[in-house]
Amino acid sequence: MSGHAVREQGQSLRLAGLSVGYRKRPVLQPVTESAEPGRVTVLLGPNGSGKSTLLRTVAGLQPPLAGQIHLGDDDLLAMDPRARARQLAVVLTDRFEVGLLRGGDVVALGRHPYLGMGGSLRPADRAAVAAALAAVHAEELADRLLAEMSDGQRQRILIARALAQEPRLLLLDEPSAFLDAPSRIELLAVLRRIAEQRGIPILVSTHDVEAAIRAGQDGWVIDQGRMRSGTVEMLARTVIGDAFDTPAVRFDAADSTFRLR
Amino acid sequence: MNRPAVVLTAAVPVLLVTFILALSVGSEPVSLDSVWHWLTGRGAGDDAVLLVDFHLPRALTAIAAGAGLAVVGLLMQTLFANPLADPYILGVSSGASLGVAVSVLGTGSAAVSFTATFGALGRWGTVAAAGIGALLVLGLVLLAGRWVRTVVSLLVIGVMVGSAVGALVSLLLAFADPARVQKFVLWSLGSVDGTYLGDMVVLLPMVAVGLIAAVSIAPSLNALLLGERYAASMGVHVRRIRVVAIIATALVCGVVTAFCGPIAFLGIAVPHLARVLIGRADHRYLIPACAVLGAIVCLLCAVVATLPGADGVLPLNVVTAVIGAPVVVIVLLRSRALAAGQ
Repeated sequence: MSGHAVREQGQSLRLAGLSVGYRKRPVLQPVTESAEPGRVTVLLGPNGSGKSTLLRTVAGLQPPLAGQIHLGDDDLLAMDPRARARQLAVVLTDRFEVGLLRGGDVVALGRHPYLGMGGSLRPADRAAVAAALAAVHAEELADRLLAEMSDGQRQRILIARALAQEPRLLLLDEPSAFLDAPSRIELLAVLRRIAEQRGIPILVSTHDVEAAIRAGQDGWVIDQGRMRSGTVEMLARTVIGDAFDTPAVRFDAADSTFRLR
Repeated sequence: MNRPAVVLTAAVPVLLVTFILALSVGSEPVSLDSVWHWLTGRGAGDDAVLLVDFHLPRALTAIAAGAGLAVVGLLMQTLFANPLADPYILGVSSGASLGVAVSVLGTGSAAVSFTATFGALGRWGTVAAAGIGALLVLGLVLLAGRWVRTVVSLLVIGVMVGSAVGALVSLLLAFADPARVQKFVLWSLGSVDGTYLGDMVVLLPMVAVGLIAAVSIAPSLNALLLGERYAASMGVHVRRIRVVAIIATALVCGVVTAFCGPIAFLGIAVPHLARVLIGRADHRYLIPACAVLGAIVCLLCAVVATLPGADGVLPLNVVTAVIGAPVVVIVLLRSRALAAGQ
């Protein structure tokens, strides 16, 4: 659909021997993977398997135990927070008091790493905010209070906020957790379009395997603390079952759904 | 013109009117005519002495106390992500009181007025002691705040710390000279009447520094509205911002408490008033709005406290409570998170 848009080709996210965890306790075996520009990579794994920890570490919100994170040739771990905030943006699950915040205010906060001391928006900042709102079809939400929005609308605003940072890498932690089934598929479709238009890698953690396989492109699957990767079609035929099956439920690769045994 | 600009522009003449009103009232009132004459540099005869020695220091103190407490109240509400946080509720004012108690009750001079009893340590010493007391309590509450996640439990911790510190003050009172204890108790009810013009060289600059510090971190405070992790992901040095906010709070709360006693409710109520009027959550507007509204409200409280005529004045906390307590209850009822006990 966006074939006519001028496409910049971005750079890939590369993790090399990245060990993540708390207090020297790794929650995963060291990860060496890459996420390609222009594509949505879904990070799959059962609850508590370390998806969020990995994502937060890549985002620079917690230090890695070992290993390296590169975006193209740039070492993300060596950057100061402000420089890093111009390279990557995140959508988190953190709840906050919405108070008097309006959609447009929240999206404008994404310009923070570009602002001077006074904190006022310049024309380039306003253009980035408008483009971010347009990318998620949320222009009409700019003047609405967050308190009056549905979960899906709020999620679009938070994605627009991340896009307003003009990131070269976008990370999302469980963005579909509060959405209904159609919205989950739609969300991934929106992310695919953004990845393609902006030419950036997008890494999305989710435990919603069915939506991920239908609408994702590449996948990283955490199976017993080990990372396996490939296209989602390939992963659906091979690793997903290993990672998610329980004695009562198994994954059916033929139509990408879980069935009772 | 947008709404914040309209509100701020409209607030300035209101501030001027309340300032003139506050200059006029007192146990020995000065007519508004005389005040206007004096303000416009045409002298005020005998009234000039009254104005310079008593009414002007009181009005300036009210402006500094109101503006300062309202802005640091806003800082604490954002910093703790808690709409009911303020220096008084979280016990920071009690910490400042302890500092004052130690420096005043612990030393040996016996002057007439309370602020003149800035005994052995002097004016700066008492202010510094109050600031250190405020800083210690703030550090303690902040540390405890790392472990609790709910709005209400943080407030409970603040109240507990405040009570513990209050107990220490009572202990000091029990062993102090009764004449001084009486003055300390009066001071602890809150007042803007105890200052002299000379005190302004300490009070005004220190509050100004606190306000400038607050303005300087306004964009980062906006980012902090989404929580510390989001703020960090947008390049905010969260720890640095927290340190600036805490030092500004301790400074303002310390110096205001040293001169006026612990003043309740201004820090919690005025930021909510500012939010309602400004209609936005943007600290670049909220900080100046809190400063101006805080000054107006505190001037009005001082006027009301003086009105009963006669010789005495009402304790300031009596008046601030009448205005502030309903605001707290309204905020409590309107906040869904608080209603759910989170």
